[in-house]
Amino acid sequence: MEIAVISGKGGTGKSSISAAFATLNTKVVVADCDVDAANLYLLFNPTHESEDVYIAGHKAIIDYNLCNNCGICANHCRFDAINFIEDKITITETSCDGCFLCSRICPTKAISMVRNDKSRMYSGSFRNGKMVYGRLSPGEENSGKLVNMVREKAKQVAKENGIETIILDGPPGIGCPVISTITGVDKVLIVTEPTISGLHDMQRTVKIVQKFNLKPYLIINKYDLNPEMSLDIYEWSFNNGLEVIGHLPFDPQMVDSMVHGKTIIEWRPNSDISKKINLIWSKIMS
Amino acid sequence: MKIAVASGKGGTGKTLISTNIFDTLIKNGTRAVLVDCDAEAPNSIAFFDAKLVSTSEVYHNVPVIDTSKCTYCGKCHEYCNYNAIFILPPVKIIQVIEDLCHGCGACTVACEFDAITEKQVSLGQVKTYALNGNPSLIEARMNIGVMSPVSIIKAAIKRVDAQAEVVILDSPPGTSCPFVQTVASADYVIFVTEPTPFGLSDLRQSVETLKGMNKPCGVIINRAGLGNNQVQQYLMDEGIPLLTEIPFDKKIAEYYSKGEIVCTKMPKIAEQLLEVVNQIIEKHGNSSN
Repeated sequence: MEIAVISGKGGTGKSSISAAFATLNTKVVVADCDVDAANLYLLFNPTHESEDVYIAGHKAIIDYNLCNNCGICANHCRFDAINFIEDKITITETSCDGCFLCSRICPTKAISMVRNDKSRMYSGSFRNGKMVYGRLSPGEENSGKLVNMVREKAKQVAKENGIETIILDGPPGIGCPVISTITGVDKVLIVTEPTISGLHDMQRTVKIVQKFNLKPYLIINKYDLNPEMSLDIYEWSFNNGLEVIGHLPFDPQMVDSMVHGKTIIEWRPNSDISKKINLIWSKIMS
Repeated sequence: MKIAVASGKGGTGKTLISTNIFDTLIKNGTRAVLVDCDAEAPNSIAFFDAKLVSTSEVYHNVPVIDTSKCTYCGKCHEYCNYNAIFILPPVKIIQVIEDLCHGCGACTVACEFDAITEKQVSLGQVKTYALNGNPSLIEARMNIGVMSPVSIIKAAIKRVDAQAEVVILDSPPGTSCPFVQTVASADYVIFVTEPTPFGLSDLRQSVETLKGMNKPCGVIINRAGLGNNQVQQYLMDEGIPLLTEIPFDKKIAEYYSKGEIVCTKMPKIAEQLLEVVNQIIEKHGNSSN
C-alpha cells in the first residue's frame, strides 16, 4: 500500500510527520519524493545500496564556429531562451525547455542538445526498513519524472523485501512533482496548518487530489497557533465531505528530535504528540 | 532593484519576510512592488487590503491536428520531445495529449502537410492589485492541474512597472526551474532559513544552485533560538552574510496565521528588515536593471 503525504504549503511538518510514521512498528519503505529539497536522508542516514542516473531533460548549446547568426532559432523558440545579446545569438540556459526545436531547424547545424545527467536516485536501508530518494541536481527540471522513478524503485524494493507499506514524502506545491506523487496511490494525507496560507494551499491541494479521484485525509499540525482557524478547517472539511483525522499541537520537541537526528517517535516515544501520531496512523491503516 | 526572497525549504518564513519588507518599504515612502512568484501556492496578497485591478491570462499554444490533411507520416511525433503526440499509423489514429504538451511548436514546424494548427490553452493568470490606489502587488497564479508554473512566473515579473524602486520577488520553494526562473531576474537574493538540519540542507542546495548564476546573496535566519547553530557555522565557513535573525516567538506565528503584517505589531522587526534592505541597496543597488 502506497501512502502519500503532501501539503501544498511547505513547512507544515509533512516530512517530520512522514518520518514519525516510518518509525512506528511495522517495517516500511520510505520514498522521499521531494526531489529538489530532499531531507529525510538526514534523519535516516540510509546505506547506499544502489545509485541510478536520472536524465533531467536536455539543454541547447551553440557552436559559434558553425553559427551564422541568422536568428531562425530565436524566431522559433517559444521559451524566450534565444535572443540577440550584443548582436550575437545567445541561449539563456535557465529558460531553455529542452524541446530540441532549435537544434532541428538550425540551417548550419550549429546547435546541439546535451543531456542533464547530474541528478541521481539512491536506495538503501535504514533502521526501520528501506529508503529510496532522489536528488535533483540544482536548477534542473522534470522532477515529476524523477518522482516516478523513485516510486517505481520503492515498489520494487518493497516487493523484493516483502514490505507492504510504502510512505511517500511529497513535495510542496500542486504542480508536476505533486501530480506524479499522488497518481495511483492508495491513500493521500494532507498536512496543513491553521494559517491563512496553510488553509488556502490546502484547499488548492484538495482540488488537485480530487482531480485524481482520491479522497484525502487531513491532519492539522500546530493547531494551537490559531485554534479558531483550526475549527474553521474542521468545518470546511466537514462541509466538503472530507475527514480531519487528527490535529497535533505545536511542540518544540519536534524540532529537538530533528536536531538529534531522530523522529519524534524515537526521541520522545511516550510524549503526547507521539501518542497522537500513533493514533492517526492506526486510523489511516484501519 | 529586484530582490528575490527565497528559501529552498518551504515554510521557513519566505512570505512572512517578503510581505513585511514590502509593507515596511511602502510605509517608508519607497515605491515598492511585491511579486508573488509562488504560482503553485500564491498567498502574499491575502496579507493586504488590496483591490484587484487587472487579470491577464497566460496561455500556451497546443496543436490541433486536422485528420483530413494528416498523412500519418509520424514526423510530428518524432519532433515532439514530450511524448505529447500519440500515433498509430496502421489504424490511422493520431492524438494530442494536451497535459503533456509544453507548447514548444516543434510539431507545427515538423508537419509538411499543413495539418497542424494551434489553439490557446490557459496555464494561469497574472493578477495586479492596487494598494492605496497604487498597482503595487502582482500575483502569478497557476491553474490547478497545470504541470509547470514557469511561464506564469515569467509573465508576472514582466508585468512590473519600470518606475518601481524596489521589487520584491516572493519565490517558490525548491531549487528547480520555478526557483531558477524567479531568481534569474533578481539583482540580489535573500534566503530565509530556519536553524534546523532540514533548513540547513535546503539552504545549502539553494546556495549551490545560485553559485552557477553569479548572484549575490545573504541569509535571514527565522525562528532563531529553535534548533541548533549549524546554519550560522555554515554561513561563516562559506562567507555568506547573515543579514539578520528573527527570533522564534509564538506571537509572530499567531499574527501570521491570522493574515496580519507582523511589522505593524512589532516595530522592532520592521526596523530590522528596513536596515537589511537599506544595506543591500547600498552595496548592490548600482547593478540595478
